[in-house]
Formats: sequence, structure tokens, C-alpha cells
Amino acid sequence: MSKSIQRSVRGLIGAVICLGLWQLADQLHWVDPTFIPGPVEIGRRVWQLFGTAEFRVDFVATLLAWLIAILSATVVAVPLGLLLGSMPVLRGALSAVVDMLRPIPTVTLIPLVLTAFGDGAQIKIILAAFASIWPILFNVIYGLREVDPLFVDTARAFRAGRLRTALSVRLPYIAPFALTGIRMSAAISLVVVVSTEFINNAGIGFGSYVVLNGEQTGDTPMVIGGVVIAGILGCLVNGLLQGAQNRWFSWATEGA
Amino acid sequence: MFARSKFAAIVQRWLVFVIFVLVWQWAATVVDQTVFPTPSAILGQVRTLWFSGPPSHLFLGSRVSDDILPSIERLATGWAIASVAGVVIGITLGLSSTLADYASGVLAFMRAVPPVMLVPVFIVLFHIGDTMQLATIIFGSIWPVLLNAVDGARSVDPIKRDTARAYRIGRVRWITTVVLPAAAPKIFAGLRINLAIALILMVVSEFVGSPNGLGYVITNAQDTFDYKSMWAGIALVSLLGFMLNRLLVAVEDRALAWHHSSTRLLEG
Amino acid sequence: MLDVIELGHTYGTGARAHVAIDEVNFRVDEGEIVCVVGPSGCGKSTLLKSIAGLHRISTGEIHLHGRQVRDVPGDLAVVFQDYSRSLFPWLSVVKNVEFPLRGSSLSRRERRERAEDALASVGLGHVARKHPWQLSGGMQQRVAIARALAYRPSLLLMDEPFASVDAQTRGELEDLVLRVRAAQDMTILLVTHDIDESVYLGDRVLVLSESPTTVVDTLKVDLPRERDQIVTRASVEFVRLRSEVARLLKH
Repeated sequence: MSKSIQRSVRGLIGAVICLGLWQLADQLHWVDPTFIPGPVEIGRRVWQLFGTAEFRVDFVATLLAWLIAILSATVVAVPLGLLLGSMPVLRGALSAVVDMLRPIPTVTLIPLVLTAFGDGAQIKIILAAFASIWPILFNVIYGLREVDPLFVDTARAFRAGRLRTALSVRLPYIAPFALTGIRMSAAISLVVVVSTEFINNAGIGFGSYVVLNGEQTGDTPMVIGGVVIAGILGCLVNGLLQGAQNRWFSWATEGA
Repeated sequence: MFARSKFAAIVQRWLVFVIFVLVWQWAATVVDQTVFPTPSAILGQVRTLWFSGPPSHLFLGSRVSDDILPSIERLATGWAIASVAGVVIGITLGLSSTLADYASGVLAFMRAVPPVMLVPVFIVLFHIGDTMQLATIIFGSIWPVLLNAVDGARSVDPIKRDTARAYRIGRVRWITTVVLPAAAPKIFAGLRINLAIALILMVVSEFVGSPNGLGYVITNAQDTFDYKSMWAGIALVSLLGFMLNRLLVAVEDRALAWHHSSTRLLEG
Repeated sequence: MLDVIELGHTYGTGARAHVAIDEVNFRVDEGEIVCVVGPSGCGKSTLLKSIAGLHRISTGEIHLHGRQVRDVPGDLAVVFQDYSRSLFPWLSVVKNVEFPLRGSSLSRRERRERAEDALASVGLGHVARKHPWQLSGGMQQRVAIARALAYRPSLLLMDEPFASVDAQTRGELEDLVLRVRAAQDMTILLVTHDIDESVYLGDRVLVLSESPTTVVDTLKVDLPRERDQIVTRASVEFVRLRSEVARLLKH
């Protein structure tokens, strides 16, 4: 058995053991089951949630918002990154701007944005997209810096124009870096979308649902169920993107 | 990152900051609206809220103990506990690669959970207040440093291991004088991340579950459309995060001086 | 002092078992330098690590001072090939040399003195406060040697110690080993793939075969105790010995 498969199997076994112990602790009342419910009850609740139409609507709404945010961020950040990456002067200024903006946690801006611009779905998408642009942008710029000049010279030797070089040499080269950035953005935009839904819990969304129906009613299995769902979602998406990266971009050797 | 020298980079950064502020000041003065007050107005509000006290108190006003101190306390306590626990647990797990393997499933899942999602959980469990916030910060920010500590402990060079065994270095000394320094670079990288997460969790938990603190200032201002106070709160949170990060980086630079110099040499 | 009796090592079990070392017997007497030469992959390093107690062997016994070695013995030091990974980058040179002594009953001052003496004996007294990565490869290996010397082992094991340094430095380090042995009457078991080095340094040369490894032969090196890189290597006896070793290796 290869090392990595062994590790995955053990990880799975470890997780199952943990869940088993947790369930045991609950059933034997070592832990107060009304305080912290066991995994079986949480699982049941999650199942029940997906059977509720209202939840499904909210859940899909969040997923859509998340997807749109990532896509918008990608569509903006990749060309922008390609552009800025080819102009060293702008690059320097940009990094200084970002360094300056970095200390401001995006979540702090949420109440401000909600107050100023109302609470439609667009707001959380815009905020999430804004926060997710940076990882993609920087990964693209970093990737451009790493393009082996040999490739570019080869293209020039074949008299490829600037656009052609950009499309056929630079773009494929930065693709794995961009994908890494997108993976990071996926995590960040989920956090921003859900945080916005928490704070503005009158709207539609997974976060709002959990707050309204779980937090405010003291429904522990529900709120933990929410965590589980978000965790699994995050794992799935990260796993998918990582898998895509390994399959399509196994040729990429560095950084990404 | 792209500047010719470190000094040039710093100058560049502050230059851009100043230009940014000036442009904002001009734009906000010209276009009259309330959502984006001028930087001068924001600064004024910061002073009014917190720094208009008597000189004997370092100009700190009375509201500081309601707004700023609780936030700092929670953040510092929560982050410190999360960091120490993360390092201890992480290194313990990392020492045995079998144990680390078995833990890897649970750890990978916890890393994928957006920390913010833990806020409702702890609100339900502990209700509004300090316990809830501390629990949120600790439970939410421990993972990066824990995972990095595991990784750091696992990846101690086998040659160092053989060396320590050949010279019969005892288990405790092995951990404190070899594993810990060897894992230190990864641990510090984890610490910087979990500081950022702790800050976010502090703010968010104060948005929804606290009667005081900077997050409360911001949401309170939200109810009265008091944009100046909102921005003042945002500014102070950012300042807090910035200073704490700088502090951590300064500590890291001293503790990892050997690492920075040696890797620079290898790359050079 | 050191007795290796029917040492063997097999990786894996059953049908997939791979006999790395078949049967190795030899002894090392006090004050000797014994060089072990063998083709790549013949398990020389495994052999050395087994003697150091770092590796558990399948069959056979190792006796040091008449007592069987089961774990890492207390009066033995190892110098590894990869010095950059064996030294600790977060410690200064002198602290690196002191490090193995920290668990002993010596006082701080005594530890520091021993470390500084050891550094002086390898010619590195002046770089005590520097860090290993600030030194050249040859100097780093000398620090590793100083560390072993400060430990005052009765047996020094060296695992291809000069394979990672350039040829010129290699010569300097070989002479250092000879000086150290003369000054401290140390017993040394040195593994190398370099035939010339094995004859230059050794009082005896042990030639190993390919896997499954056995001792092909042991040659006594009848060269004068005082050796010189140019004179000795040009001597008739040296040439004869190294050809003999080369022939045995090809066997």
C-alpha cells in the first residue's frame, strides 16, 4: 500500500474512531447530550434539513452566490493579473496598495456595506468577489514572473506576435498558479458570503437560515449540522479543485 | 516584493498610502455623501471617541475600557491559548507519524470549516458573552498552527534524528532542543495565519454576541447610520491587526534569524 | 575492541525478502583505522548504522568492549556524510560541538572548554561564534568531526564523511583524521567508496562484495604510520595495495 493511501485510510479510521467515541460519550452521559449532541443526532438533523424545502432554497442560494463570486473574481483577476504582471511599474504600486489594504479584515466592512447599500444578494456577492480577487491576482502575477524566459524566446524565435505569445505561452503557464489562487478564493468567498448572511440574517442564504432557525432557537444539532455541512462542502470543493490541478496540471513543477 | 531594496519598498508602501488618503480626502470633500467620510473626519471621530481624555491618562478617554480593552483582551487571551495548545498538541501528534496519520482525517476536516461558522455554535452553547467569544476564538483559530506544528514535527530531517540518537540525546531534550527549533519556521507561519483568523473571529463574535468591544461599536453605529463611527471602528480594528502582526513578525525575525539567513544564503 | 559476528540483514519477508547483507565478520582493534570499501548499494552504510545501534539487524551480534550492542552504546560517535543536515542551523558552531555533552555530568564551563579544545584541534578555533551555514562544506564537516571528538568516544564511526566535499578539501580532511588519531589514539571505522582513500587512511582495508554482501577480503596496509598525500600515494606499496583493492572489488 502506498504511503499516501495508507495515510488516507488511517485518517478515515481515525475520524471514525473519534466519531464513535463522541457518540459513546453522549450515550453514556459522560457529556450532557442536550449540551453537545452526538454525531448520530447531528447526522439525522442534517438529513432532515436537506428534506426541508426552505433550507434547500437557502442552501442553493448560498451556493449560487458563492459560485458567482468566484467566477466574477476569476474573470476580473486573471486578465488584470496578466496585464499588471507584464508591467513591472504597476506591479510595484499594486503590491504597495494591497499591503496597505491587507490589515483591513473584509468582515469588518460588512456592516458598513449592508448599511450603505442595502441587503440584496448582490452585496454579498460583490464583497465576496472583492475579497477573492486578491489571491487569484497575486498567484497570476507570481506565475508570470516565473515563466521561463526560454519559452518566451522560443515563441519569439518562431516569430509569434505578442498576443500569440501571451495566449499560447504565458496563459498555459500561469494556469496552474491561477488554479491555486482560485482554490484559495473558494475558501475566502465562502467565508465572506456566509459571514454576510450571518450578520444580515433577514436575507436568503444558508448562513441566515442557520442563524434564524438554529442560533436564535438554541437548536444545537442544527448549528453544528451547519458547521458539518460547510466543512464537507469546503473539503469537497478543495478536493475537486486539487484533483483537477493534479490531473490537468501535473506538468507544473514549481510553486503552484 | 518587487522593489529594489527593503528601504525602497517601505517608502513605496507609505507613499502609496499617503496618495491614497489624499485622493480619498479630495474625493470625499468634493462629492458630498455620508457613506465615505473624509479621512480627516474619520480621524476626528477616532479622537472624539477614544482619545479625548486627559493627558494624565495618555489622552485615553473613558470609552477605551468599554470598546478597545475588551477586544484586545479577548483577542490576546484567545490567540495565546490557541497558539500554545496548537503547538503542544501539534508537536505531540507530529512526533509519531502513525498518530499523525490517524489524526489527519479529523484535522483536514476542521481546517476546511470556515471559522466563522463556529460563531452560532458557541452562541447556542455559551450564550452571549466572554466565554462564547473566547471559545470561538480558541476553537476557530487553533487549526493552522496545529496543522503546521504537526507538519513541522513530522518533517524533522532523518539525519538530525540519527545524529541525536547516535549521541544518545534523551527524549525530552530531543523535543525541546531539536524538534521545536526545527519546526519553528512552520510554526511561526501558522501563528501569523491564526492571528488573522483570531482577529476576524473576535470582530464577528462581537458583531453578534457582545455588549462591548470594537465589533459592537461598528454594529451599534450601523443601527444609527453613524458612518463616521463605523469607519472609526474599522480603522481601529485594522490598526490593531496591523500592530499585532508587526509585533509577531518582529518576534519571528529574532527567533528565526538563523533560518532567514541560512535560507537566503542557499537561494543566493 | 569491536567484534562483528555473523552480521546479516534481510529486508522484507517470505517471497519478497531481499538479503542485503549475507554474513559479515570482522574485528577492529584499539587504535586502528579500519576502512570499509564496497560497491554502491552493498549496505556499507547499513553496516555502519547497525554498529552504531541506529539500525536493528536481522542476524548476528555486535560486541563492543566485549559487551553486546543492542541499542546505541554510550562511548561511540558518528560522523555522517551529509554535514549540512547533521549540524543544527539554529546553534552556533561551538554550541553545536557542545550539544552532545549537555546531558552529561560536566559543568557548563567544562563543556565549553572541551568544545573549544575540539574546535582548536580541527583548526576551527576562530569560527566558534559563527553558524554552520556560514562556513564552507569542508569546514562544516570539520565541525561535525570536532563534535564527535568533544564527545571523547572510544570508537569513531565515519559514514562516507568526505564524499560531499571537493577533492582538495578531501585531502585536507583525510590528513586531519590521521592527525586526530595520532594525537588522541582514537579507534576509527570509516566507510568509503573511494579506494585510494581507504588505502591512504587505513591500517586495514575491508573489502565488501555486492549485495548479498560478504567480506571479500581484508588487506593489511603495510605503509608507514606517517602518511603524506603526495609521497605516500606515489609509493610502490600504495599503488600495489590500491590495485589489489580494485581487483577485489571487481571480483
